[in-house]
Amino acid sequence: MRKQLIKGNEAIVKSAILSGCRAFYGYPITPASEITEAAALYMPQTGGVFLQAESEVAAINMLYGAASAGVRCMTASSGPGISLMQEGISYMAGAELPCVVADIMRGGPGLGNIGSEQSDYHQVVKGGGNGNYRTIVLAPHSAQEMADLTALAFELADRYRTPVVVLADGFVGQMMEPVEFPQIAVEPCLPNWAVAGTAATRGNLITSLHMDNDDLEAHVRKLEAKYQRAERDEARAEKWYADGAEILLVGYGIVGRILKAVTAEARAEGINVGVLRPITLYPFPKLHFQRLAKRARVFVVVEMSNGQLLEDVRLALNGVRPVEFLSRGGGNVPSHDEVLAFVRRLARQTLSKVEPEEERIAHV
Amino acid sequence: MSSELISDYSVVHAKPKAFYERYERKEELQHQTHFCPGCGHGNVHKMLARAIDELGIQDRTILISPVGCSVFAYYYFDVGNVQAAHGRAPAVATAVKRSLPESIVIGYQGDGDLSAIGSAEILHAANRGENITVIFVNNAIYSMTGGQVAPTTLIGQKSTTTPGGRNPANEGYPLHVCELLATLEAPVYIERVGLGDNKQIVQATRAMRRAVENQVKGLGFSLIEVLSPCPTIWKMSPVEAQRWVKDVMEKTYPLGVFKDRTKEAHPWPKPEPAPALKELPRILGVDYEDVPEEPLANPINAEDVDLHVRVAGFGGQGVLLLGEVLADAGLDAGLEVSWLPSYGPEMRSGTSNCHVRLARQPIDSPLVTVPNVLVAMNEPSLKKFDASVRPGGWVIYNGDTFPSEYARDDVHVLALPFTRMADELGDSRVANMVMLGALLEITGTLPQASIDAALRRLVKNPKWLELDERALARGRELYRISCNEAGHECLCGS
Repeated sequence: MRKQLIKGNEAIVKSAILSGCRAFYGYPITPASEITEAAALYMPQTGGVFLQAESEVAAINMLYGAASAGVRCMTASSGPGISLMQEGISYMAGAELPCVVADIMRGGPGLGNIGSEQSDYHQVVKGGGNGNYRTIVLAPHSAQEMADLTALAFELADRYRTPVVVLADGFVGQMMEPVEFPQIAVEPCLPNWAVAGTAATRGNLITSLHMDNDDLEAHVRKLEAKYQRAERDEARAEKWYADGAEILLVGYGIVGRILKAVTAEARAEGINVGVLRPITLYPFPKLHFQRLAKRARVFVVVEMSNGQLLEDVRLALNGVRPVEFLSRGGGNVPSHDEVLAFVRRLARQTLSKVEPEEERIAHV
Repeated sequence: MSSELISDYSVVHAKPKAFYERYERKEELQHQTHFCPGCGHGNVHKMLARAIDELGIQDRTILISPVGCSVFAYYYFDVGNVQAAHGRAPAVATAVKRSLPESIVIGYQGDGDLSAIGSAEILHAANRGENITVIFVNNAIYSMTGGQVAPTTLIGQKSTTTPGGRNPANEGYPLHVCELLATLEAPVYIERVGLGDNKQIVQATRAMRRAVENQVKGLGFSLIEVLSPCPTIWKMSPVEAQRWVKDVMEKTYPLGVFKDRTKEAHPWPKPEPAPALKELPRILGVDYEDVPEEPLANPINAEDVDLHVRVAGFGGQGVLLLGEVLADAGLDAGLEVSWLPSYGPEMRSGTSNCHVRLARQPIDSPLVTVPNVLVAMNEPSLKKFDASVRPGGWVIYNGDTFPSEYARDDVHVLALPFTRMADELGDSRVANMVMLGALLEITGTLPQASIDAALRRLVKNPKWLELDERALARGRELYRISCNEAGHECLCGS
């Protein structure tokens, strides 16, 4: 087994340090504070820097400094704090600085509440800062994935020289599950573009400023090409009884877990249902949707927000299949029973019965 | 002029080496700066470049350019360059310096940048005593954006957004950055200088060097404010503008040293050496040696195990710990487990509850909406969750009698005054463990060795550990007694 029971939020920090992260700047906010607290405990012991900043604005700009110095760095926050960080995220995307931001979502808008929502989707996946940029967004649904996707986030951030967001809801951040960590830590290494206070890096410049129109346009096109490469190579989703399913349930984070439970029960009743769980929200796994649309009759988007994920599903399907929608908010979770009832009703209306059968779960 | 003649001269005022020979990052006119005639930035740049030269720190220097007229400092300084967002240079400088303690980090900011939008960042960097140098160029106006009022604009001074002149009733009073920061304990050196005449310029040059040198010595935070002319926005000739610095600005912003702790300041401590990479899993507590490879003991009746447990009570009753011990013991016994707390204000007061799953199969959802075991540590919890219990499931209730309004004929009930029984053991606060003992006895799933191991991991205080162990045993015993009395059957059929 080699697993230990650990909170999703804490798993993020341990994984980050094993992934070579050596700087954490944060600001407390429920339900993300355990990440900052764990970083405060472990960063100084592992040769890293920890500082609680005076605001999320300062925290993200500290990441700008740490990343400029060539250090793998991260921060963590939730909705209102992520809003404040959008300035720095835009600057980092523009200056092509890698960093990892964990967003443990709570309710909004404004102060909202501290319940678990998924309503940061737009501000994170579509980008809440100014300018033509994207951030890669990873959506874990278990404590193990909090660790695994944090490690992946650091890899992708470096590979694409861009901020990467780990987007989880409050439940995934707060829950404890068994997690296995790698035993070999990534060795921090200095990228050649960093400004490191040495003769070799003296000629380097970190900036998002391009005064000349043509220069800026060329820069934006370069960023765009990078995003297209990410769209081609990095889109990830989990299929759960999805191949051949007539009803496809779509959800990420904690909702993905509920959908799996519902699927098990609905299939036992003979309803041909499966789950398609996006793991990357940007790049959105469009091809997975398009492939599964050949067999599926209907897609059902379930989210703890008001149709934010729904928009991307509709764009991916481009009208080839109907998309039904079930949403909860304010900290409420779509219950197993209400999703199951929704699926049963859909099945009665549209589908044929199938015999439950053993199927393999495909991870893509 | 022949070279023989030149060799007779020693060069006194060469262009500092910390400047590029030619400004190739500039689009055009690469032999001159972009600053207007009479602008103070040229002077300040030169003083700073000379200080870098004299201290021999060019390779180590990292300059943080701001937003404003000096945004292009990286055109000119042949050092490591980072351009920051408006007002954020102190935050950026903080992180650069903390990750690279050997580097010399210099923040360069104007008055709009530092004293308005970046007022929080400068205040806190100064208050932390960051070992950085800040050059603060104050020309009492936003120049790059065309002359809007700044916090530093003088009373009565006209700007594009104070066309009638700055009126304290509307815009407040000029902000005195040096005086403000000098009230903090941490800063090491704070001085205001001017570019009003040659004498002031000589003093400014000295101050600039000192502020950088303080950092080289590791002493801490230094800030130099420079009263600096802006002829273009002030709509003056360069000569008039320089005179205005001396005759007018200086009246509002007196020159001088506002703080000097250089004699008593201790150098910043050197960072601890980083541990070897192979040590990290151990430090993080994820080393395989800390995590057993095999389950400690096998669960009993494992094939049937599919526990959906909801634990609820008042904050402070140990609801979350009860759930955590259960989940941790389950993991130890080789089961799939999850633990999910209700979080937020509940952590501070009021009610608290958690969801625990233990199963042989991978757990699809960690949310327990239909529990097969409810542990209700108080009546409000019973009221809230009793109806959700799966028929055939168990309700373990902390109370003398089970309130009749919640009675169901399709669930098993164990209602006992657990708090009082815990009190008899020595502390009412171990009621959670008495109830857990009963739960464990009812479900009959987890071996005692797993429970003991989980408890030892989670309860570090030996006094509490001993008490908790007795409480668990008492809980088991209470259930057995009640079984004999009532003839209950265990959930897992054992």
